[in-house]
Amino acid sequence: MLQINNLHAEVDGKPILKGLSLSINAGEVHAIMGPNGAGKSTLSYVLAGRPGYEVTEGTATLDGQDLLALDPHERAAAGLFLGFQYPVEIPGVSNLQFLRTALNAQRKSRGEAELSGAEFLKVARAQAQALGLDMEMLKRPVNVGFSGGEKKRNEMVQMGIIDPKMAILDETDSGLDIDALRVIGDGINRIMRKDDKAVLLITHYQRLLDYVRPDFVHVLANGRIVRSGGPELALELEREGYGAIAA
Amino acid sequence: MTALALPTARQEAWRYSDLEAVAAVWPVPPAERINVAAGESAVRIVAPQAGADGVVIADYAVDIAAGGTCAFFILNIAGRLGRIAIDVTLHDGAHFELGGAIVGGAGQTLEIVTTVNHVEPNATSNQVVRSVLAGTATSSFLGKVAVARDAQKTDASQSVKAMLLDRTATANAKPELEIFADDVKCAHGATVGELDRQALFYLESRGLPPAEAKALLLQAFVAGAFVALEDDGARADLEAKALAALEALL
Repeated sequence: MLQINNLHAEVDGKPILKGLSLSINAGEVHAIMGPNGAGKSTLSYVLAGRPGYEVTEGTATLDGQDLLALDPHERAAAGLFLGFQYPVEIPGVSNLQFLRTALNAQRKSRGEAELSGAEFLKVARAQAQALGLDMEMLKRPVNVGFSGGEKKRNEMVQMGIIDPKMAILDETDSGLDIDALRVIGDGINRIMRKDDKAVLLITHYQRLLDYVRPDFVHVLANGRIVRSGGPELALELEREGYGAIAA
Repeated sequence: MTALALPTARQEAWRYSDLEAVAAVWPVPPAERINVAAGESAVRIVAPQAGADGVVIADYAVDIAAGGTCAFFILNIAGRLGRIAIDVTLHDGAHFELGGAIVGGAGQTLEIVTTVNHVEPNATSNQVVRSVLAGTATSSFLGKVAVARDAQKTDASQSVKAMLLDRTATANAKPELEIFADDVKCAHGATVGELDRQALFYLESRGLPPAEAKALLLQAFVAGAFVALEDDGARADLEAKALAALEALL
């Protein structure tokens, strides 16, 4: 589904990704772990198309489609979803209005029928309920006044509503308490653990992987994947630290 | 009555204006008088329409008697020059509310000029102005608050924010305070900025095309001028007109 080959990228002229390759098939969950500054968030931004993150070499395709040639909204319509490490607050724009506009823009560009207000509300309500986010919060401006945990729940509600085929979740587990972590983990499994979907989890810690069990774990260091393995690699990292493994 | 002399750029209230356009329509009719009786309230919505070469100059002289309230909601989007000037006199405990939105592109000059005279104690005024400008458009908000010696417990606030979509656009924001009383609260804030890139990327990453993402952010920004308008239908109408003007800029 997601094929990344020899990806090089820089930010402000500084090379961050230095030849990263990764292949994710439908039905798989991959986790990328690595020390601070390894390039984990850069990878997620490069794949989502954030301005200022410049690809200097290499390719990235989603189901054969050249992601790097697409604008951010086209990547979303192609089925890519980025769960933000720091979800952005947008005063004055209601969550529901934003999500309905976004979902319908995606559906339109795929040639699908747009959802009516009532149809959309039904979907939104179901997702909010499953993730323990009060429907009233969805009527409020995007992420404004949300706690850290509520912002992350909101990211997952958005993912549930948009229903992407490939989700990149950038430290979705950071800033969560134990209960919220379980809810988020269940949400990821419910929405994305399907034969025709795939997930790339970016995380520092093993604990999210107790709930969302990865098929593959990769260690990112200095802009490249330096080691790959099964779930046991995450445990080894937790035990030994990045220093020993990424060296 | 003798017609007033044609304004010049040396006059503070006109220095950012399009004086050529002013000359074309001078002399303009005298200010419309609005008198709000004690304890009464009035709401005025001003949303002039004009062609690209049109010139709109509208003056209001508002007198609000004790305990009265007057609210102006302005959508200034039309014409080569659109200028709305309001001179307000507030008596004991009266309130003046202004919600002004300016949306302009090309070479438009769009202005809101207010003078709020707090002549007696306990009066309040709140002015909110939001401008969005593209091309070589110029917006000006000149807001003078004058507090007389006796006008204790005056509470006046001004919030002026402008968003520039192009580096070639200009926003002038000039709050001016003239205070002769000593027990007053006068707050003012003015900012000029650009669209938040992080917010734009966030919206786009969820599938919104850039123009729609910008429209959503700008719509929310401009709507800040109309929050005090209680009539839902009138507010929706102003917001829809503002959105249409915004979409024409994107």
